[in-house]
Amino acid sequence: MANASPTGHHVSGRRIEGALARPQLVEIVVDGTPIAACQGESLAAALLVAGRRALRASPRLGLPRGAFCMMGVCQECLVRVDGRLVPACQTAVRPGMRVETDGGRD
Amino acid sequence: MSELDLVVIGAGPAGAAAALEAHRRGLRCLLVDEAPAAGGQVWRAPPEGFVRRKADADAKAGDRLRAELGASSIATAFGHRVWLITESFRIEAVGSEGPVTWRAPAIIAATGVSERVIPFPGWTEPGVIGLAGATVLLKAQQVLPGERALVAGCGPLLPAVVASVLKAGGRVAAAVDLAERREWLSALPAMLTRPDLLARGLGWLIRLRRAGVPVYFRHAIRQVESAEEHLEVAIAPVDATGRFVTEVCERVFEVDWVAVGHGLVPGTEITRLLGAEHRYHAERGGWVAVLDETGRTSVPGLLVAGDGGGIRGAAAAVEQGRLAGLATALDQGRLDRDGFEREAKPIRRRLRRAERFGQASARLMAVRAGQVLSIPEETIVCRCEDVTRAEITAAIGAGAAEVNQLKGWTRCGMGPCQGRMCGEAAASLLAVASGSRDAAGIWTGRAPLRPVALDDLLGDYSYGDIPLPKAAPL
Repeated sequence: MANASPTGHHVSGRRIEGALARPQLVEIVVDGTPIAACQGESLAAALLVAGRRALRASPRLGLPRGAFCMMGVCQECLVRVDGRLVPACQTAVRPGMRVETDGGRD
Repeated sequence: MSELDLVVIGAGPAGAAAALEAHRRGLRCLLVDEAPAAGGQVWRAPPEGFVRRKADADAKAGDRLRAELGASSIATAFGHRVWLITESFRIEAVGSEGPVTWRAPAIIAATGVSERVIPFPGWTEPGVIGLAGATVLLKAQQVLPGERALVAGCGPLLPAVVASVLKAGGRVAAAVDLAERREWLSALPAMLTRPDLLARGLGWLIRLRRAGVPVYFRHAIRQVESAEEHLEVAIAPVDATGRFVTEVCERVFEVDWVAVGHGLVPGTEITRLLGAEHRYHAERGGWVAVLDETGRTSVPGLLVAGDGGGIRGAAAAVEQGRLAGLATALDQGRLDRDGFEREAKPIRRRLRRAERFGQASARLMAVRAGQVLSIPEETIVCRCEDVTRAEITAAIGAGAAEVNQLKGWTRCGMGPCQGRMCGEAAASLLAVASGSRDAAGIWTGRAPLRPVALDDLLGDYSYGDIPLPKAAPL
């Protein structure tokens, strides 16, 4: 893979406290690893909090890509959820959902 | 679904206002949106199951709108993605229940905007996020993508994102603005027409000052590189056209994430698909359908309301929505000419006022001709297909004169984003060669309007449902 270097993995986002009362954390499985996420939040947000930034490799050059537009336009955050290809930013977290990324470089 | 007089596509400020107005005049109206609730991008509802403890002005406006829609008997189809509209106004959509078809004699397209990001080396790195995308994360999702940010680009979203990051307890290494201080000042008189928004802007500035965020006017991101555990961002000064004035990278910042955006672009997918006449208006955000004063396009029965018809902001979008709703009622005989004029008069007055403000912020977000000249040849312009500027340059050299030729030759704009991310840069590069954005043209509208999965279109079926022709006689 061109330009592959280990990054993205270690930068974790966080949920901002105060303005929103969130439902409880549930477990989802991302590439076989369980992570905690809030039911109802966007899967793209949950993945950023979990430090999973690179979600796929671009089809032609194999470069790492992650969520970019957050409104279902760019299609950069496509992941498989329970076997179906969906944009993570337009997908709400459900308990037990199984998410597969195609790797990127994470 | 029973018979419809009107389908409104997009339930943001414009679409919701249009539906409410048309409904009030007795039209049987359906309001459709991809999102699970009304509000659009600007008045977006919190995720389902989340409860707001504090609400800002946009949140309150959205809550009011959702309450008003909920109290009315307007038919709604949230969570539905429209992927095809035929010339006879047959509308095909997919929702959680599978494919649906609607028909109506009138359509109001209120599909809003997408964000323009002019490419630079490293803009495809994970952790680089659009300014509008950052707003969605910070405001609707209340998620901070990393502790230390660099925020760059132009227009009102730039200070808004900086302020949101600071409010969330994050740090901003630098705010990097294409515009000069003077350009903001020249927008002030128009901003004075909206004291509420001006006050919000001042609030952002105070927050920015207090946090000691360095602001670099007339600067842009030169490149982003991913290092071990952070992103390295180089910024450099630009001229008034957005072109770099020096080869030396002036400053380098180490950050966790980058928010960058260069303005908003009207979403014209529906009007292009239906063959409405379009014109290029830089100060309205780009190509927009030619509209009459109420939003009617050149296609009878097809209207546009809100920023999708030219960037004017949420306040103007509401009034445009009302006018489009009224115009549809007039066209369908639910209102006579006098009644229409009486109703339209105060709306027009409010619209003119709102437009002044919207125009000023649209000017700050207009594409700058020199920006694309700074894109290095090896930089990816089309993210979906990894098409570089060099490949676009080669295609232009070989004779590609407008965007659809360029698309055919290079695959730039042919990927799953359907040209929404690269279109502005590609057309601006062509415009350098062909002389103008008008000459560079506009992508031909094609179905599907948005990506849809084939099995969503098929819905549930069994082999028994497949019609088998009779065997041919031997």
